[in-house]
Amino acid sequence: MLKKTLACTIAIAALMAAGPAMADTKDKKIALSNNYAGNSWRQAMLKSWDKVTKQAVADGVVAAADPFTTSENQVTEQAAQIQNLILQGYNAIVVNAASPDALNGVIKQACDAGIVVVSFDGIVTEPCAWRIAVDFEKMGASEVEYLAKKMPEGGNLLEIRGLAGVFVDDAISKGINEEVKKNPQFKIVGSVHGDWAQEVAQKAVAGILPSLPEIKAVVTQGGDGYGAAQAFAAAGRPTPTIIMGNRQDELQWWKEQKDKNGYETMSVSIAPGVSTLAFWVAQQILDGKDVPKDLTVPFLRIDQDTLEQNLATTEKGGVANVEYSQADAQKVIAGK
Amino acid sequence: MNRRFLRQALPFLTLAVVLAATFYVQPRTMSYFGLNLMLQYAVPIALATIAQMFVITVNDLDLSIGPFVGLVSCIGATLLFDNPALGVLALLAMIAAYGAVGALIHIRNLPSIVVTLGLSFVWLGIAVLILPSPGGKSPEWLKAIMNVHVPYAPFPIIAAIVIGVVVHLALMLSSYGVIARGAGGNPKALSRAGWSMLKTKVIMYMLAGFFGVLAGLALLGLTTSGDAHVADRYTLYSIAGVILGGGEFIGGRVSPLGAVVGALTLALAGSFLIFLKISPDWQIGAQGAILIIVLALRALVSYGEQKR
Repeated sequence: MLKKTLACTIAIAALMAAGPAMADTKDKKIALSNNYAGNSWRQAMLKSWDKVTKQAVADGVVAAADPFTTSENQVTEQAAQIQNLILQGYNAIVVNAASPDALNGVIKQACDAGIVVVSFDGIVTEPCAWRIAVDFEKMGASEVEYLAKKMPEGGNLLEIRGLAGVFVDDAISKGINEEVKKNPQFKIVGSVHGDWAQEVAQKAVAGILPSLPEIKAVVTQGGDGYGAAQAFAAAGRPTPTIIMGNRQDELQWWKEQKDKNGYETMSVSIAPGVSTLAFWVAQQILDGKDVPKDLTVPFLRIDQDTLEQNLATTEKGGVANVEYSQADAQKVIAGK
Repeated sequence: MNRRFLRQALPFLTLAVVLAATFYVQPRTMSYFGLNLMLQYAVPIALATIAQMFVITVNDLDLSIGPFVGLVSCIGATLLFDNPALGVLALLAMIAAYGAVGALIHIRNLPSIVVTLGLSFVWLGIAVLILPSPGGKSPEWLKAIMNVHVPYAPFPIIAAIVIGVVVHLALMLSSYGVIARGAGGNPKALSRAGWSMLKTKVIMYMLAGFFGVLAGLALLGLTTSGDAHVADRYTLYSIAGVILGGGEFIGGRVSPLGAVVGALTLALAGSFLIFLKISPDWQIGAQGAILIIVLALRALVSYGEQKR
């Protein structure tokens, strides 16, 4: 008798211990509040969300995962949208925010209503929300790290920057410049703004090239590598190592060069599929997991041996993408 | 059927229809919490609409009210937070600037649309200078006012009623209100009667500036931090709100209660469309459609009025 009771107690204790870990989210609803859909990156982001969350709903992981996009990139409009999402009874709201600060009022209201708020890409500063941020500085630094390994003797660099005045441009450039300081064998001999657009980059590079000495490598921010390559070819100068930014035209050009003369470089950018990472993080929080408030998105890096595979899955005119799984999210949460 | 009454009742009927539709689509909104949340952002819109209404009263149009509200929110999040005395001074200066604009438009006989369109860039420029990137903090008392919980009725509804009634009393029933409206409706007659048109215009523009400041502060209390672009759409909202509420572009024909109701209707229409999960590409169009339907109904009523 005693033995039986003991066994029962142990069994119940075991069940209770297992309980929280198995807390399920199948009746939970998650919404995506997105502030802008006007470029290829955002379109890819929404497509990824659609693909991954539809599957998750079909699998019964969550009850719903509806995307909402405001028609214009406007703070007040997005604030009103989030208030409506609160009213609609969503359990979690995943936000790509129009402003880091000006949505804090409504984000706080959502938290007070017991809703989990996860911001990504365009993150919010309200402390009650989770943030999935991109370490742009590290992304810039990784470009120089790669070059330091590839060409230990160093040389002259040309830097192509993004859109002036946007914090992303400052962050990537800062990362590049600080890493160059650590590797004095490199020297940035010129810097132009390519605005993350191939045509602009091509024009800007063509303009500065005649005044530059021999360039060993070009450090970029994405969306500008192909234009830079065109400018070097047009000027009849030897093609340096140009870091690419995961755009399809860039990967295509790289592949052609690789087949022709074994050209080597690397490509790095943020995958638009980061929206799906935010989705899984929200799901994990709803599941009762202990998740740190600040997470960092891994960036998507393409190397010589993964080029073909990534090129094959990237749409023409698109950006190399990766959709995250629940397991990926758990890895990011664990800080691996 | 009294046509005049019908025309005045139209804004309220529109609001009732949109409200009923919203309740039907999302029953959760039919609660203290729901109404509070859904209508909160209508308060600054209502204030901006009243500001626009004062300008429309004197037969002008203000295309700068949106960026102006944004600028006020930036001043509120920086100057007013760090140094309240200086902040209040800056806000008073803004109201005075509005009065000066009114004087300029009247004395030089300039088209208000052109002047205010130019000013909208000036306001935006100053706002960006004060607060280059979104940030700053709202003073605590502003947050407290905007998030106050009144028993029985949600704060936004009470605020809307108070705003509407106060302005209605001042503009529609006071003797100076009659002169102000007359300045828009028939300026020649009034100036022949010995009233200063310049003074009237300056006062009306300053009132517009005053309510613009209130709108900016109310918005800041809700967002809790400033952003130069926070209210860019308010220009459109405010004009649409006045028109939805029964105002007309011919000067003098306005309705403060109607303007507040119009602003609430516009804010609600946005929520309603989100609840319906209408694609964002269609939302602006749908809001425009609501405006056109109401105007068409009004034209129908007025047509009958004339025929009789």
